Amino acid sequence: MNTQFWLIQAFNGISYGALLFLVGSGLSLIFGVMRIVNLSHGSYFLLGGYVALSVIWTTGSWALALPVAALSIAAVGLLMERIFLRPLGFDPLRQVLLTVGFAFLFQQAALDIWTGNNFDINPPDVLTKSVVVGGLYLPLYRVFMIATALAIGVVLWVAMEKTRMGAAVRATVDDAQMARGVGIDTSRVSMLIFSLGAFLAALGGVIGGAFLGIYPGLDFEMLPLAFAVVIIGGMGSLGGAAIGALLVGLADNFGKALFPEISYFTLYAPMALILAVKPTGLFGRE
Amino acid sequence: MRNQQVKILLVVAALAALAIIVPNTNSFLILLATRVLAFAILVMSVDLLLGYTGLPSLGQAAYLAVGAYLTAILATKYQFGLGYDFWLVVVGGILLGAALAAVFGLLAIRATGVYFLMITLALGQCVWGLAYRWNSLTNGDNGINLRQRPQFGIDLANEVTFFYLVLGFFVVSLLLLYTLVRSPFGLSLAGIRERELRMRILGYNTWLHKYIAFIIAGAFGGLSGVLWAHTAGIVSPVNVELAFSVDALLMAVLGGSGTLVGGVIGAFIVFGLREYLSTLVPWWQYVLGGVYVLTILYLPTGLMGIPERIRQRRARTGNREEEKEIAPVTP
Repeated sequence: MNTQFWLIQAFNGISYGALLFLVGSGLSLIFGVMRIVNLSHGSYFLLGGYVALSVIWTTGSWALALPVAALSIAAVGLLMERIFLRPLGFDPLRQVLLTVGFAFLFQQAALDIWTGNNFDINPPDVLTKSVVVGGLYLPLYRVFMIATALAIGVVLWVAMEKTRMGAAVRATVDDAQMARGVGIDTSRVSMLIFSLGAFLAALGGVIGGAFLGIYPGLDFEMLPLAFAVVIIGGMGSLGGAAIGALLVGLADNFGKALFPEISYFTLYAPMALILAVKPTGLFGRE
Repeated sequence: MRNQQVKILLVVAALAALAIIVPNTNSFLILLATRVLAFAILVMSVDLLLGYTGLPSLGQAAYLAVGAYLTAILATKYQFGLGYDFWLVVVGGILLGAALAAVFGLLAIRATGVYFLMITLALGQCVWGLAYRWNSLTNGDNGINLRQRPQFGIDLANEVTFFYLVLGFFVVSLLLLYTLVRSPFGLSLAGIRERELRMRILGYNTWLHKYIAFIIAGAFGGLSGVLWAHTAGIVSPVNVELAFSVDALLMAVLGGSGTLVGGVIGAFIVFGLREYLSTLVPWWQYVLGGVYVLTILYLPTGLMGIPERIRQRRARTGNREEEKEIAPVTP
């Protein structure tokens, strides 16, 4: 175990964290704004990957697959929020069960449309090369993942901090009732954030599909990881989601490399501890 | 109280009918009923938390899993629990489930509502992670196959005998839980569900009440795990997955939470749809998902709540007709 091992593992952890940020940030915002534990978030990830596959098969364009998949899943999220979640009111248990019912429906739909086979999403050749940095061979695709997550993180941060809509979102996270009181349309904020979350998760599915693959069951594999990000980072906080994603990505990678037999335990046990001590997450606001 | 007696009679009649009819059907149905009853014990433990204490647990499969893994590991590695020592494994499973709940409860009980859902999810994932990765103990993703069922005077490899054993465990569990929820302790749990603050002001140690309920639920989860291991013949990380916990929760809600027996009905419907319908049509999972979504949208009190809703509706329409009769009199 020399320096090279640590550097490579750290790089892999960070790039995996970048992917987790895409899935987790949306989930975190949804929880912050609507107090909904969205168990169909993993399905958005998986469906995003599948839609991208279809686009690639018909047009051959990976670059086109990214926006098409993300936007179409955002539309799915929008419909789900408007038609089913909104009329349900604020009962956490019923919301959770409804989203899980949808997760099962999506699972079956994916199985019917795209069969049960394993697929890979092949990125364009430009991104499959490696770059050499300080004697380390870094796959360009992972660099691309980090860059994408950084770009999206910055855009989200600017949107949240500098725009009127972002201020409305932050106000809703802090106190939805008060926000309604001062004239913020929280229903519109919820709709926007829910479809944004679906958009980001689907984008993650397309990007992650290149090295995770796309297969049935991936939805419920990603979901607990996304929750780990949200819980460690703090619910409803964008910066928290970034730090949470980084920590989970690194913990996952080093855990698997150093002590494989208990690697998932080392991931979820801290998550449970954090929840027990500080239910709003490390960086969440009370 | 008469109403309650009618309900008890109905449950007894249903169980008697089950005991008589199931053994005379084919082996597919016998196995299905055995699975349902073994799993229903877990669903009742969820209901004790959800329906009576107001704590929605998203990680209840963890307790089933420790019971099931204990059974499988003892049976395959040490040939233990395949004779009269099966009863020791039953006790061991119950104790292990309770012990795990005693540890997890320390972390989880403080939380309520959404946070309780999340923390039980995280704790369940801890157990899943161990089951999935700790290859030397759990055989990882492949799981552990149990080659034989216990034999002690009676041969449990015979599916009818095994069905009666599981039915027996189920009836005893139902009786114990029924006694529990109607005891002063159970009533104070319901008080916590309705309004925890008031119970605390009245001087109840609500934390301890919830903690004890959590441990009892864990114990029943462990028991259902021991039975599940021998019913299914294989124990694998699938039994600890989030989806498995969610199943138990959905069955409790589908049948009607806060009724204990509702969970059994929920389990029958879900397992029935999954195992019977899946042999008939390829789109069975749409039916299952649809049943879930519709239940939550239109039947929040579950199937057991239907008679009550009908009664309420009738009472309401009755009142309206009376009002109409009175209405013309007023000037």
